[in-house]
Amino acid sequence: MSEQALPGAPARTINGRRQMLAEFWHYFSKNRGAVTGLVVFILLVLIAVFAPLLAPHNPDQQFRDHLLSPPFWQDGGSLTFLLGTDAVGRDILSRLIHGARFSLFIGVVVVTIAMTGGILIGLISGFFRGWLDTLFMRIMDIILAFPSLLLALVLVAVLGPGLINAMIAIAIVYQPHFVRLTRASVLSEREREYVISARVAGAGVLRLMFITILPNCLAPLIVQGTLAFSNAILDAAALGFLGMGAQPPTPEWGTMLAEAREFILRAWWVVTFPGLAILITVLAINLMGDGLRDALDPKLKQS
Amino acid sequence: MLRFFVNKLLLVLPTLIGITIVAFAFVRVLPGDPILLLAGERGVSPERYHKLLVQFGYDLPIWQQYFNYVIGLLHGDFGISISTKRPVIDEFLARFPATLELSVFAMTFATVIGIPAGIISAVKRSSVFDQLTMGVALTGYSMPIFWWGLLLIILFSGMLHWTPVSGRIDLLYFFPPVTGFMTVDALLSGQKGAFQSAVSHLILPSIVLGTIPLAVIARQTRSAMLEVLGEDYVRTARAKGLTPVRVIGLHAFRNALIPVVTTIGLQVGLLMAGAILTETIFSWPGIGKWMIDSISRRDYPVVQGGLVLIAGIVMLVNLIVDLLYGLINPRISHQ
Repeated sequence: MSEQALPGAPARTINGRRQMLAEFWHYFSKNRGAVTGLVVFILLVLIAVFAPLLAPHNPDQQFRDHLLSPPFWQDGGSLTFLLGTDAVGRDILSRLIHGARFSLFIGVVVVTIAMTGGILIGLISGFFRGWLDTLFMRIMDIILAFPSLLLALVLVAVLGPGLINAMIAIAIVYQPHFVRLTRASVLSEREREYVISARVAGAGVLRLMFITILPNCLAPLIVQGTLAFSNAILDAAALGFLGMGAQPPTPEWGTMLAEAREFILRAWWVVTFPGLAILITVLAINLMGDGLRDALDPKLKQS
Repeated sequence: MLRFFVNKLLLVLPTLIGITIVAFAFVRVLPGDPILLLAGERGVSPERYHKLLVQFGYDLPIWQQYFNYVIGLLHGDFGISISTKRPVIDEFLARFPATLELSVFAMTFATVIGIPAGIISAVKRSSVFDQLTMGVALTGYSMPIFWWGLLLIILFSGMLHWTPVSGRIDLLYFFPPVTGFMTVDALLSGQKGAFQSAVSHLILPSIVLGTIPLAVIARQTRSAMLEVLGEDYVRTARAKGLTPVRVIGLHAFRNALIPVVTTIGLQVGLLMAGAILTETIFSWPGIGKWMIDSISRRDYPVVQGGLVLIAGIVMLVNLIVDLLYGLINPRISHQ
């Protein structure tokens, strides 16, 4: 049984795939915001990858003669420390550059865990229905009943503060969104003709779930994935800010803000730049997410 | 209709039970012995340990412990705080008005600006105003609000000295809490300047807490309006020669309102997460700050009780929104 012979199965041939990509890029590139977001995001990835080469100083090195020195354009600032130094004399720019690694890493790990688990549970729930479905959905309802940050905080309190535990906690909290989305798409896809014909042709359960149905449920999941990516960065920074995420002296942006809090009225730069870095990153990803949604959602395409 | 209500209520029940299981399990899965945790640094003698074990029912089988826990909850027993030795429910009720007051101000700020902004954006689609508003909305949606709060403090409190840095009211004023809402109590006290002080303390926290809801409401209003503006009845109203204000205000907006109201209702969970950060930044004595303080103080009975209470409130509000939705939109309830 060759794959192409399945009637109605969309996007199977290589040509079709290429055409879909071209169409996707056509709609995505029309959205100027989305392209800007993509460019900024690529830059951030490059910064994260080449952080040790780009950073002018070691992010943990303390220049004891330059405590809280302002950015270079202000009186008392110097070109050695472009964005100034913090309370123990560490170069803020270097810490920000290294911080990009943590934020992107957090996003990738959280989305990977939440999405893999969510898709798996959602597929099983939507495909088999019955008591297993009811059980899974009730568990997801329970997770959703708690404000996400609060639940993440409590989970970290159980697991112990730290970056890894914070990521696990956030992934657990985000899981239900992926489960519900996958399940809903599976439910609407599973009675479609191409699935039935695949079933009649003798495709096994696993093949039906992962090869026949899943690719056709991916569009909303990708959009949700970008959303979760940016939210994960925000929540991890919030946990860091509350002292429950990455621990000092890690140059994580939220943790940097927490350390800077007591200097807000004396040294604006130690507070301003880490937050600005978070905002730019999250905004770039959200812009991309908006563009992805417009390009992937057929309902909005015509409008 | 009645069946719709009963069905909704029945759906909530398993979740509610689940919440109690999570809260119950939370204390059990914590590393360390619960009794030793209660005893604190000093430790306890073996006899006292055993007495406490029996007193708290830790010697019973786990399902019986859970059963007793739920019975306690139903009687309003949410545990005793380790640090203050007061019932958790009392502490909660003492702080809840502060959070409620802040949330009301924040949501008012978000709705009063978000809805008109969304409507104008939809009506003047693709205009400079629309693009600007949606750009600002997406920025607001992407905002790390704990940083946003610090920035506002630097600007309005540090540089301009317009607003206070933290707290609910100036220390100058003292009056017994009647309602728990500082603005109302200040008015009731009749002290000169008390009300202004209370309001000025509310401004920055409300803006910070309201920022993300504002962005969500503006975006949601815009897309709901865009959908409605393309409908036949709006075209008919226009064709009849009604003024644009009438068409938009009366015919379009009233129909766009349903998803917007739902969105506003569903912000409650988000608002609670935001309250944790906002209250921490502004030293606002509400339940958000109470929870984060209790977590860092390892006051687990408070965390446990707070979890149940907060999740319960969020669920209750979502349920009310759901039921209201059924009332406004009969199509839903008959499904």
